[in-house]
Amino acid sequence: MKNILLKIALTAGFLSFITMMESCNKNKILLPNTETTSAQVYSTPAGYLQAIGKVYSAYALTGNDGPTGSPDIGGIDEGTSDFFRLFWCAEELPTDEAVVGFKDAGLPDFHTMSWSSSNVFLEGIYYRSLYQITLCNEFIRQSTDAELSSRGITGTDATNVRYYAAEARFLRAYQYWVLMDLFANPPFATENDALGGAPPKQISRAALYAYIVSELKAIDGSMVAAGKNEYGRADQGAAWALQARVYLNAQVYTGTADYTDAITYSQKVINAGYSLISNYDNLMLADNNLNTSENILTINYDGNQTQNYGGTTFLVHSAVGGSMPVTDFGISSGWAGTRVTSNLVSLFPANVNTSFPENGNPDTRAEFWTSGQNLAINTITTFTDGYAVNKFRNVTSTGAQGENLNYEDIDMPIFRLPEMYLIYAEAVLRGGTGGDINTALGYINTMRTRAYKGSTAGNITLTDLTTDFVLDERARELYWEGFRRTDLIRYSRFTDGSYLWPFKGGVKTGTSAPSYRNIYPLPAADLNVNPNLKQNPGY
Amino acid sequence: MRNYYLKRYLLFFSFLLLSCAAFAQTGTISGKILDDKRAELPGSTVKIAGTQQSTAADANGNYKLTGILPGVYTVVAQFVGYIPQQKQITVKAGVAVSLEFLLQPQSESLNEVVVIGYGSTKRKDVTGAISTVTSKDFQQGMVTTPEQLIAGKVAGVSIISNGGAPGAGSTIRIRGGASINGSNDPLIVIDGMPVSNDIIAGSANPLDMINPNDVESFTILKDASAAAIYGNRASNGVIIITTKKGRSGKPQITFSTQLSASNITKEAPVLSAAQFRDYVNANDNTTAGTYKSQLGTANTDWQKEIYQTGITTDDNISVSGSAGIVPYRISAGYTDQTGVVKTSAMRRFTGDVNLSPSFFTDHLKINFNFKGAEVAQRFTDGNVIDYAVSFNPTDPVYSGNSKYGGFFELLDPTTTTGIKSSAILNPVGLLEDENSHSNVYRTISSLALDYKVHFFPDLHVNVNVGFDGSNGMGSKTVPDYAASNLDTYKDANGVLYSGYYNAYKETYDNRLFEGFLSYSKNFKSIKSQIDAVAGYSTQDYKTTNHANPSYFANDVLNPTSIPNFPISINEYLLTSFYGRVNYIYDDKYILTGTLRNDYSTKFAPADRSGFFPSGAFAWRINQEDFLKNNPVISTLKLRLEYGVTGNQDGIGNYDYLSDYSLSNSTARYQIGNVFLNTYRPGAYYPGRTWETTATTNAAIDFGFFNDRVTGSADFYYKKTRNLLALISQPALTNFGNQITGNIGNMTNKGVELNLNGVIIDKKDINWTANFNVTFNQNKITNLTADPNSTSSGLQTGSISGGTGNYIQINSVGYPRNAFYVYQQVYGANGKPVDGLFVDRNSDGIINQNDLYITKSPDPKQYFGFSSDFRYKKWMIGFVTRASLGNYVYNNVASVTGTEDHILNSVGIASNGSSSVLKSGMIGSNGNDVLSDYWLENGSFLRMDNAHLGYNFGKPFKGAGDLRVSANVENVFIITNYTGVDPETSSGIDNNSYPRPRTYVLGLNLSL
Repeated sequence: MKNILLKIALTAGFLSFITMMESCNKNKILLPNTETTSAQVYSTPAGYLQAIGKVYSAYALTGNDGPTGSPDIGGIDEGTSDFFRLFWCAEELPTDEAVVGFKDAGLPDFHTMSWSSSNVFLEGIYYRSLYQITLCNEFIRQSTDAELSSRGITGTDATNVRYYAAEARFLRAYQYWVLMDLFANPPFATENDALGGAPPKQISRAALYAYIVSELKAIDGSMVAAGKNEYGRADQGAAWALQARVYLNAQVYTGTADYTDAITYSQKVINAGYSLISNYDNLMLADNNLNTSENILTINYDGNQTQNYGGTTFLVHSAVGGSMPVTDFGISSGWAGTRVTSNLVSLFPANVNTSFPENGNPDTRAEFWTSGQNLAINTITTFTDGYAVNKFRNVTSTGAQGENLNYEDIDMPIFRLPEMYLIYAEAVLRGGTGGDINTALGYINTMRTRAYKGSTAGNITLTDLTTDFVLDERARELYWEGFRRTDLIRYSRFTDGSYLWPFKGGVKTGTSAPSYRNIYPLPAADLNVNPNLKQNPGY
Repeated sequence: MRNYYLKRYLLFFSFLLLSCAAFAQTGTISGKILDDKRAELPGSTVKIAGTQQSTAADANGNYKLTGILPGVYTVVAQFVGYIPQQKQITVKAGVAVSLEFLLQPQSESLNEVVVIGYGSTKRKDVTGAISTVTSKDFQQGMVTTPEQLIAGKVAGVSIISNGGAPGAGSTIRIRGGASINGSNDPLIVIDGMPVSNDIIAGSANPLDMINPNDVESFTILKDASAAAIYGNRASNGVIIITTKKGRSGKPQITFSTQLSASNITKEAPVLSAAQFRDYVNANDNTTAGTYKSQLGTANTDWQKEIYQTGITTDDNISVSGSAGIVPYRISAGYTDQTGVVKTSAMRRFTGDVNLSPSFFTDHLKINFNFKGAEVAQRFTDGNVIDYAVSFNPTDPVYSGNSKYGGFFELLDPTTTTGIKSSAILNPVGLLEDENSHSNVYRTISSLALDYKVHFFPDLHVNVNVGFDGSNGMGSKTVPDYAASNLDTYKDANGVLYSGYYNAYKETYDNRLFEGFLSYSKNFKSIKSQIDAVAGYSTQDYKTTNHANPSYFANDVLNPTSIPNFPISINEYLLTSFYGRVNYIYDDKYILTGTLRNDYSTKFAPADRSGFFPSGAFAWRINQEDFLKNNPVISTLKLRLEYGVTGNQDGIGNYDYLSDYSLSNSTARYQIGNVFLNTYRPGAYYPGRTWETTATTNAAIDFGFFNDRVTGSADFYYKKTRNLLALISQPALTNFGNQITGNIGNMTNKGVELNLNGVIIDKKDINWTANFNVTFNQNKITNLTADPNSTSSGLQTGSISGGTGNYIQINSVGYPRNAFYVYQQVYGANGKPVDGLFVDRNSDGIINQNDLYITKSPDPKQYFGFSSDFRYKKWMIGFVTRASLGNYVYNNVASVTGTEDHILNSVGIASNGSSSVLKSGMIGSNGNDVLSDYWLENGSFLRMDNAHLGYNFGKPFKGAGDLRVSANVENVFIITNYTGVDPETSSGIDNNSYPRPRTYVLGLNLSL
């Protein structure tokens, strides 16, 4: 009996020791020492700044480590997952403005207009835009007056956060515009939809249009005045510019045109004090952060501090190959990928002689590298087929190389003044009211005078100013800046047979494609997990 | 080096001195210990009952007990696998008596003790699918990592070495693995200490710190009934490694040394310089002759330039014996290996101490293990083999001038660096200039106390503490003249910097505490034996990473490389309760039940607790009367098992929380004039849990002719639920579009057969053979939350060629990582038509919707066959493995075997796979790399090892034991695969470090 008692005591002692040990460990919350919580981030004005910094950097960078290492978006090579590279591919590669020789998964499908709902690049731009929107929603949720006062953020600090929040709403509207333009009917959520909840509902293109317009109007009074914000931050000017762009395409998005509002808002931007810089060649250089008079909003890159393989790094590096001297481009090595088709070249006057970077063309915007390149494209993967482009160069206006030979300093304008001139002119020509055709002519000639180095030789007259002219002029002024697909769709020339270019539709001489390809398919990856989504027709 | 040997021999002799004993006026007993066929049994032990006096037989089975006081004694002779024999004898002073023992073999190894989780059992009482391999059956030759000891030896266990780099580890898969995106690595337990499969910085492999010479046995718990006691880490099976322990008796010293030379077996098939010239001249249609102009006069075999003969020496010494009441084993090992790729090398020191004393008349047993190792390695740049394949063979290795370290590079005077834009670099230069090396220290130590309760001897109290700590550090240095790191940074004054230096450090700390009670009682009256175990364990895994900035040459700090946090710590805790009951009735019917309860901090507190039960039944049919004295069937056992295990590896430690992390110094964003480090909210998966695998196993163990032929046949079915799989998150609902969550089911079903036979068993001739075969079929049965999903699956298997291309997919209805490719169209000449694929969905266009799923990288069957033959003092043997139905994507050919690669778009003539001569592939279509043309049947038969040994017997005046051996490793491979080596764990062959053929000479000496 005594033995049994002893046994029980021994066992009990052993077990209680164990119980004591385990209760310490079982429910322990371990935290990584290198991370912090949302509550800590949003407890100080500095934290708010670093959070809005991420909202902005979501369209410049691919993740938390530059150039790669901690990606925001999965399912795509990180180097190709930044906003502007993806947007550029979707806007430029299916058009006459660009071809690319890379064999990246899904990339060649843009030329052949054969993309599927599994296309990695389409998936990339879809998730990139929606990712930035998710960050915007979270920032807006964290920035209500109630949250600010509960965290003791007052005075100037609170005013700043309110500006940030309005900018987050602007960036969200901008990304919803991207989605509306590319995918028409994306999923939709705002700060009022909790994270981790049910899959979001789909929104129709027309309803999204109404939302974007109302949202941009709603934040108008909350934004910093046009041209008055810090570099890199959106202001009223950006919000108006986006509205002008959206109204110009209203016919495509909703079936109902709104050229009058396009005139109103482009005029607002033009009147806000912006002006063209004097030399077109300096627009896309390493020190183009100086071009604040012309650029309304830029995505900011830096060779040492904002590194990725997209954005302007992609635009410069992939355009350099063949006999192009890499030092003139401020880089150590080109990727030999992107060129233009002969259609774009033919919009400019014929070459006179060769002189880098303008190629001797009276229109200085014809920044084509022709030496060693064939104008005609026989094989898309051959870099020397098709003229190369030297519009983007990682050197400064004084000729110095950028900070880094592998990553570019060039900031990418997503709104700049000439687009407003062109919107104004097109909207007037298409019958919008409140504008004036002579004013429009003046804007166009202002642009062309700059292009012709101050000479009026390239100026046009009223009879030259047609909608077709505006389309061509948009190509001349804005090529490779991410406009072409949207423009061709607005002019009904993207898929149909009325306008062809080499390799359109996958045929060397060009062919039409079914009209459903004016809208990209929603990615299969999201359709598979969000039962609320319905695929766009045709796919 | 010399110094080191001196130290080692000093150690050696000090042990010799220890063993000296005094002589007195006493008698001696001597004689031979033989088996039933009068074959000598070296190493058998003789003990005088009731005393501490004992000795071991020498190589000829002779023993001698000296210094015995006169009297009558009972002498016991013992040998593993034989029935102990007792004899009485009278000893007189000054008289030498002779006493011979003839030991009868035990009926096979039924009483062999098998180590299982938290205890051990006898082979005959095993209920689960457990395989053991002991040192006598290990692979021979130059084995530098322990898992290779059992390659090809066990059914259901696939061990594929990760290439031939010094110290490279292996991919181990038990019954195909159970996960998709979680880990498929088995849990490895070394002397009771579960170790992590995480690879510490600077190490190539988590097991390379273990000296294979110290390993006594492997136990592989293959099915859930055996492994469930390891709970949520056991789904991929458990490998228990037991290291050698001290043996009582006089000190035994063993010394072994090996010397080996390795060479590659085959170069990647590329164009020779002459073929290259012809090809370029024939195909360069550029008006400027861009590519022809790059043809030089040299004839360089670049692969030959990067490879060398690798030399390895391996020396081991161990001493085991008893110092007083403390049996000990002390060993030291030194391995010095140079790889077949120039500059790659490994050097390893290991030291091992085992002490196993008993106190209080064996009531308290203590087992202490200390293992320490230092591994120094030099690594080669991962691009070297690629570059050797692609570098222009008409260019020379050296330029004749001192620029870029004297190495030939493709030049362009217009670039800042002087090197041609987008040029690949001289692979020899890359090898010679870059110095990447590491030093890793590791110790695995454990202390196990086993207390047999004084007043209740059926109960044992066990307490184990263990520590597994590593410290890895290393650095990479590139001089400023090296072509690979020129002008990588420019400061504000426009000064360019070259070269590179970065040092890294990581420590890993894994602590274990456990206590368990074990109870064992034989109730003779009711013919019952009960064994029970109940315990608790807690383990703390912590990794600390020290991040350092990098420097340019001359110690100039790279300001963009300053880390946000100099130290980052990653930790998780595992707290567990477990129990097992084993009930044997009448030595015929065996029932086993186990239960484990695990709490892991990798999951949210509410989701932490997991229960993992198992049950098994075994019936020893041969114990039934109708079989008991059957002349043919000596063993027949039926096993039925079911169990549930988990897997929590391969996921982050904190992912149930959404934490904010700061961007690094090269991912800042400019707002105004300030560059901000920004805060990113992390994607999270709050409800994540371990994946669960339920395994059903049915098996028969058999033995014929007094177990001369033994074997087993296992049939298993594993179903994994809550797969840790990468899944898409609905956009806008999380801070990430993909996350590893719990979605989907997968099954593995298969058959394993294992046969061992002693074909000849005579005094002078002995011939044994082992054959095993595994059939495994893996199938994903669900991968989406929505059962009606039309998802084609998630692509995987990243390849080179284009960016972001994947060659495999995880898709419902198919095996894991099945190939996902376009169907190539062939012309009338039988050659592939460039860029033409079958429009499988007939929609008129070729896009991702035309990809189809075919073939698997995993074999349908794999085999192991080994045999050993002994004739008198000669030994000869081999180990072969075969794999059938495994497919390989030949990424070397798909990327380099095209005109587009050889005359490439960046304007550089590059060498490529000679397959281009046969295929005529242009490669101008972006989808060419995804063609099924590049998919090849990778079935193979490989002889891993062939060995020949000779036993000299006693060379030193009747003492000692000397054996010499010669081995060839990777003797031959028979395959139709056109690349270098079809054996890959991923199914993608992309210029990995080749497995060399190695010739080994070895010498073993014991005293």
